[in-house]
Amino acid sequence: MLMILNAILVLVILINLFALGTSRMKALIHAAAFQGVLLGFLPPLVVKDVGTLPLLMAVMTIVLKGIVIPNMLLKALRDAQVKREVEPLIGFMPSILLGAVATAVALALAGHLAPAHSPLGLLVIPTSISMLCTGFLLLTTRVKAVTQVIGFLLLENGIFVFGLLLLSAIPYLVELGVLLDLFVGIFVISIIIHHINRAFASQDTRRLSSLKG
Amino acid sequence: MNLLILIMTAIGLICSGVPGLFYHRRSATGQHVAMAINVVASAVGMAAVLFHDIPRVAAEGWHPVCSLPIGKLALSLDDMSAWFLLPIFFISALGSVYGLGYWPQRKHPVDGRKLRLFWGLMSGAMVLVVLAANSVWFLIAWEIMALSGYFLLTTEDGRPEVRQSGWVYFIATHLATLCLIVFFVMLRIYSGSFHLWPRALVGLPVGVLTALFLLGLIGFGFKAGLVPLHVWLPAGHANAPSHVSALFSGVMLNMGIYGIMRLVVMTGNPPLWWGVVLISVGMLSAFSAITWAMAQRDFKRLLAYSSIENIGIITTGLGLAVLGLSVDQPIWVALGLGGALLHTLNHSLFKPLLFMGAGGMIHSAKTRDMESLGGLAARMPAVFCVMLLGSAAIAALPPLNGFVSEMLIYLGFFQTLHGSAAATWAAWVVPALALVGAVALMTFVKLTATCFVGQPRSAAAAGAHDPAATMLWPMILLAAACVLVGAFPVLLVGLLDHAIAAWVPSHRSIPLVSIINFWWLTALALPLMICAAGIAWWIHRCRRSVPETIIGTWDCGYAAPSGRMQYTGSSLMQTMAVIFRRILWRHEQPPEVHGIFPRPADYACNTPDPLLDRVAEPVLKKVGQILESARILQSGSAQLYMVYILLILLILLMTR
Repeated sequence: MLMILNAILVLVILINLFALGTSRMKALIHAAAFQGVLLGFLPPLVVKDVGTLPLLMAVMTIVLKGIVIPNMLLKALRDAQVKREVEPLIGFMPSILLGAVATAVALALAGHLAPAHSPLGLLVIPTSISMLCTGFLLLTTRVKAVTQVIGFLLLENGIFVFGLLLLSAIPYLVELGVLLDLFVGIFVISIIIHHINRAFASQDTRRLSSLKG
Repeated sequence: MNLLILIMTAIGLICSGVPGLFYHRRSATGQHVAMAINVVASAVGMAAVLFHDIPRVAAEGWHPVCSLPIGKLALSLDDMSAWFLLPIFFISALGSVYGLGYWPQRKHPVDGRKLRLFWGLMSGAMVLVVLAANSVWFLIAWEIMALSGYFLLTTEDGRPEVRQSGWVYFIATHLATLCLIVFFVMLRIYSGSFHLWPRALVGLPVGVLTALFLLGLIGFGFKAGLVPLHVWLPAGHANAPSHVSALFSGVMLNMGIYGIMRLVVMTGNPPLWWGVVLISVGMLSAFSAITWAMAQRDFKRLLAYSSIENIGIITTGLGLAVLGLSVDQPIWVALGLGGALLHTLNHSLFKPLLFMGAGGMIHSAKTRDMESLGGLAARMPAVFCVMLLGSAAIAALPPLNGFVSEMLIYLGFFQTLHGSAAATWAAWVVPALALVGAVALMTFVKLTATCFVGQPRSAAAAGAHDPAATMLWPMILLAAACVLVGAFPVLLVGLLDHAIAAWVPSHRSIPLVSIINFWWLTALALPLMICAAGIAWWIHRCRRSVPETIIGTWDCGYAAPSGRMQYTGSSLMQTMAVIFRRILWRHEQPPEVHGIFPRPADYACNTPDPLLDRVAEPVLKKVGQILESARILQSGSAQLYMVYILLILLILLMTR
């Protein structure tokens, strides 16, 4: 069990680095979808007795993060006719390096956190922190709206991974609620992307600053 | 069983506006459906409250299967809640009938459906507020009530002054909720459960108790409209549709009172100074608000200020009851709380009546300015009759209901003369209350005299007429209820005694029946009513026997007098305005008259709300200017905002 878990987590970290390094948005969305599907396999691996609820959560995660949300984003992409992230605020190579540094720091620091001492926590916490960092990097350094949504998605995935440790403490209702929130959030954002594109003839979120009062 | 029926009625009320949403905006069916659901649900609810034996202390509880992560949802019903439920049902039903004529879908296609949706939501939420036995549940219902109140107040959101007053309400109600959240969190910490309302919190530090009391008083006081927390009330009531004002003033303010009443008995034995605070705040509200009311030109603002005054009187009565608990004088408790509770109910009868009457005047004369009305008595006789009756009731004249409740409070304060030496000062409230009563009487003399007597001051007032039956009958029912409670208070004393018994923590309440024989009031009221009816009949007969002729009054030889030259309401109150000038704090621009042949001059005066317009607004404006410098942070770049979030996250992690 633990082996599979760790393998998945390592894959997830690799996807993070890939997401930081690619400029093609379609690839980015596919990466995020793949990551979502991988995450969906985690809850049944973590809990001791696999009931209906963890399975339900796994299915919902895979459906939402692997199929529904990526499709919405792909549609937004098609509508907006954008293919590439052209000029990030921090280049792709430095981004990958930053992501790698963040992952290393997370691995080094995770030992200081209390839950890290459980056998599960060994890799779960560093992965989660590294995902949070990746999400933030994407959010802060990319300028196209769709890329930022992916950043947000990765950030939320990080929180999801962290939540694995607390599965016994947090009711599933809350986890499912978070999923629903994410779905609604991205739903709304994809509509907003459409409007940004219409209003500014571009997806560049820097132009939003002209809305400032 | 009883509780289950009430929950059903609450759900019914909440849903009453929903079917209307599916009808076309020009279709009148939706409003009838909403009215029917509302009336049926309210009637069932009132029957459940009136014709059932409610356990004396909260014994009935309802714990549904579903629960929130932070606590179970729970409802319970005791005699105290039952007392507060009655006006909710009564006014909600009557108001929805009134709305058929006052706010018909046909004439208000844009906002009619919205109004009815939130009307039902607010009524149902108030039922749940009163039934809540768990603070989470309470806060949820409270917020639904407050927010649907916002949407009701801003029904006509196209008008800037409506949005402005809605905004003030919004801020006030959220400040209230903020205080209440802190209050309930503290209650949770120190009582160990989310269970409402604790009645025996013992062993709490004095500081904690004080904080709890003050937080609760501020939170509930905002909703009840106690001075100086009343800032949202006058403009809000004035700018809302009249039946919404009726619901707000007659019922929603009660929710604040309900909270304060529950709050003060949470320790079982409140300290003396709580009573002192309540009496002082109550008297301050009553006196300042009625003085402000007197100076208003807008009759709905006048009524709104008068609501604050009545809330003040209720709080004073409650203060006496708290005093009685702390020095162990059950008679004070019975009279003070009995008066406060009865006055709450009475206020829920005559204030909606007056607001609905005001709505009738607005409906046909299209103005809220008293000084452009006049002579309406001949043009809208039915509205005149009910308004006169409502004014007499609110000025606490016998034999109407206001008299009964204020009499209980007066008697209670007379009791403080003999009894505990610690509280003889409280008897000073009696003359103060009498002063308030006198100003209230003058205020309502001004209202009825300016609007109804004399000649019309504008063309709109000259063409006024009585409203349709759907608007008239709710008023007549309310007026009848005022007379009924005034003449036969015995009808309500049983319920009242139960409510008092449910409130007093240690079952040592004495029933009001054993203190006062309420039949005396009936014996006083009936001859008075017969006399009044006789005089009215006699005047009517005289007027019929003498043919009516119209003769101009002596006009000093001026050839073309007009209705505008009559004494206005402001001139009627000028002397009072001078006496109370320090409290009124009005804007006045006296005319400058020089020489033998002076040039044309203007006189202008208006009375803004002293706290909102003179204190709160300038201060907040200044604060706003200072905070303007913080806008540098708002660069407009989404990426930078993300960095802010990251920084905050890191700081939080570091400080952990």
